[in-house]
Amino acid sequence: MSEAGVWLVIVAVAVLTALIKGAGPLVLGSRQLPPRLVGVIVLLPSALLAALVVTTALADGQAIRIGATAAGVATGGVLLLVRAPLVAAVVAAVLVTAGLRALGVA
Amino acid sequence: MPGDRDSLRRGLRLGVPISLVIGLVAITFGTIGVDMGLTPLQALVMSALVYAASGQIAAVTVIGSGGGLLPAVLASGLMNSRFLAMGLALAPSLTGGRLRRAAQGQAVVDTSWAMANNGDGTFDRWLLFGSSAPQYVAWVGGTALGAYGGGLIGDVDALGLDAVFPVFFLSLLIGELRGNGSRVIALAGGVVALALVPLTPPGVPVLAASAVALVGLRRRGGGAR
Repeated sequence: MSEAGVWLVIVAVAVLTALIKGAGPLVLGSRQLPPRLVGVIVLLPSALLAALVVTTALADGQAIRIGATAAGVATGGVLLLVRAPLVAAVVAAVLVTAGLRALGVA
Repeated sequence: MPGDRDSLRRGLRLGVPISLVIGLVAITFGTIGVDMGLTPLQALVMSALVYAASGQIAAVTVIGSGGGLLPAVLASGLMNSRFLAMGLALAPSLTGGRLRRAAQGQAVVDTSWAMANNGDGTFDRWLLFGSSAPQYVAWVGGTALGAYGGGLIGDVDALGLDAVFPVFFLSLLIGELRGNGSRVIALAGGVVALALVPLTPPGVPVLAASAVALVGLRRRGGGAR
């Protein structure tokens, strides 16, 4: 892609992202969500975060890969469950992932 | 209001440690962006204007694999589509006219949105702004480092940095499940996303998983568990 083409992509992605982020507030304005929808919103983070965890840990493009990253993330997860600080969990996950990869695990 | 200032301060305090992680991801993005054919300035401007890591990575990956304008923008839009759901959830907790609210909505990133969530369907907007601000600085600054630093950190995958984001999301999820979250919904969301990974373009699995929360429609008002 030409340099000008890349600039076009950047501008288009910026505009689209702003529209996506702003659409909800723009459409709803000051109206309150109906109580039934509040029930959905309360559950939304659980679903979204779980989906983000599995896709970032296990998806490699459209392939599912259970390898070094998954092992590293599992290590971090165990540390989080025993209430280790986030930084410790992240460092442990990175070390395990990098270590396994150095040993040839994908 | 003093409550607002407290929230802002609390948000900043929560945002700073996360920005260290975001900074690492940003350095990665800057490095990858230049590898994929962006100029360093383009990578930097993109981070400053877009402020959405996964959406930017999606677009840049398409560019790097020889794709055109439309596929690149579409991939990024799909990846960012979850912000639509987050914006709808956040809207009633913002203030001012529609445009003002839409502008405030730009502060949303996954982490700040999840942390600002009060668990009862409302959001603490100043905590959202406070936690987003240092992350924005780290995102733009880290991109510049990666883009202009020329291979500053070498091979991202060899260093295991791809494990950073999932662990971070996992920490938010665990916090959510210790509060008002639902294990059943989390499990269902994870399964739906995983099942769709091989079948759909990246970004769609996460959006589809958010639809699992629609079972909340059947319950009366907040307090769902």
